[in-house]
Amino acid sequence: MPVFLELDALGKRFSAHGRSAFERVSFSVARGDFAALIGPSGCGKSTLLHIMAGLSAPSAGTVRLKGEPVTSPRDDMMFVFQQYNKSIFPWKSVLENVMLGVKYRSQTPRHGLEALCGKHLEMVGLGRYAHYYPYQLSGGMQQRVAIARALARRPDILLMDEPFSALDAMMRAELQDLLLELWQELRLTILFVTHDLDEALYLAQRVILLSASPGTVADTVQVPLAYPRRQVETRSDPVYLELRERLYKAMVEQVVAGRAQAA
Amino acid sequence: MSAWIESRFFNSRLSGLVLIVLLLAAWQISALYILDTPTWPPVTKVFEAWFDNIADGTLIKHLLATLWRQMLGYGLAVALGVILGLAMGYFRPLYNLFEPLVEVLRPIPGPAYLPVLVLFVGIGHEMKVVLILVASFFPILLNTYSGVRAIDRVQFDTARTLGLTTMQTLRELVLPAASPQILTGMRISLAISLILAILGEMIVSSDGLGYFTLLAQRTFKIPDMYAGIFTLALFGYVLNRLFLLGEARLIRWHIESSGRA
Repeated sequence: MPVFLELDALGKRFSAHGRSAFERVSFSVARGDFAALIGPSGCGKSTLLHIMAGLSAPSAGTVRLKGEPVTSPRDDMMFVFQQYNKSIFPWKSVLENVMLGVKYRSQTPRHGLEALCGKHLEMVGLGRYAHYYPYQLSGGMQQRVAIARALARRPDILLMDEPFSALDAMMRAELQDLLLELWQELRLTILFVTHDLDEALYLAQRVILLSASPGTVADTVQVPLAYPRRQVETRSDPVYLELRERLYKAMVEQVVAGRAQAA
Repeated sequence: MSAWIESRFFNSRLSGLVLIVLLLAAWQISALYILDTPTWPPVTKVFEAWFDNIADGTLIKHLLATLWRQMLGYGLAVALGVILGLAMGYFRPLYNLFEPLVEVLRPIPGPAYLPVLVLFVGIGHEMKVVLILVASFFPILLNTYSGVRAIDRVQFDTARTLGLTTMQTLRELVLPAASPQILTGMRISLAISLILAILGEMIVSSDGLGYFTLLAQRTFKIPDMYAGIFTLALFGYVLNRLFLLGEARLIRWHIESSGRA
């Protein structure tokens, strides 16, 4: 399969204290993949994702999408932030928020764009809420708005930074299933950062584990579980449980190693 | 006693209105029976003078003169304060360049600019407008750039991932995100602009409510003087009310979302 997104010996050093967030991180994601990136807190996974999105610059190495180096945010990559309450602008209605992603990029007349955005709101189950304001919506619904806004741009790849970690368990499960549906329907490529092992295993085809600070790829696990996945059945599948045990032990090792280093 | 304090009378604005009526009544009684001096005319005489001056157009003329120079100075202060504030808040080098200067100039009380302005701009209409402008400018500038600087990193990252240009970011993110604080500055400056308008008119002018009030005192038309002050009270009250109404419409999202938090 041709390489789609590629990280080549990526490193980030914080100039202030000379400490590295991560070093020599290399992996690639093929078109249509759903990959999850996990690691103990402080391993730099969020920083890594920001660099991949072109939001900040690495100190070493390169990120390439379709063979071109990524140095600033691109049209075909969209980012979904953890802090949906910030990322969705509270002074704009739901529809205006989704419109913001497309109205400056397209020659389509306004009503055409509104129809396009309305369609994407339908896709995330918010068709009836186009004229609501974010303060009238729950956290889960606000994050759905952010997803609709990203999808309306028709990106090739979605970079998601712990998008569901601020939600309660039921809403998180609902959004996980919605995301899987959208991924299959729209043939998206998704790189999903999370600190939640179960979330990573449930969603992804492949889980990449980063080591403790300075982070580097410690392990890569294929998840041979069929889609569509089911919240109860998938999570009790013997394959799932075996992988969970392996990843859990690897995570604990990394956390312990991280503490030892810090001490 | 406590039941009386918790009654509907004290839980509504009615009590406040009754207090005003009672104070006016006390004024009337004291002027008629206790303080029999021309400097303390009965309130009925003041109302009479008030109506006469409204009826013959005098007060309207002076009110419009005050309103015009106030809005001119204030409007310019809003335009300059918001534009420069956005620029200072958004572009770090501009902030570094101007912020110390602002900190030095800001503590100077508005009226202190007056002698300088008389030297440079003269004593005409322009001087009063510039005086109002200078004094109203700083609260707006300061609130605008602190509002911009308080915008969350995530919101700027969002704008970048959506591919917004600098002008689009200023319009879609920076201005609306800072608008609650900009409006706070504008409300402070609205009060300041009226103070400076009246001050300017009292010092050198041939029209305006400040001129009218001071002239009435100097020519010993004491009821007219109080009528001028009544007009100013009403004028200031209406201005503030209108401002609050406009603000509630403009930043409804902010009032609603912070009210819930």
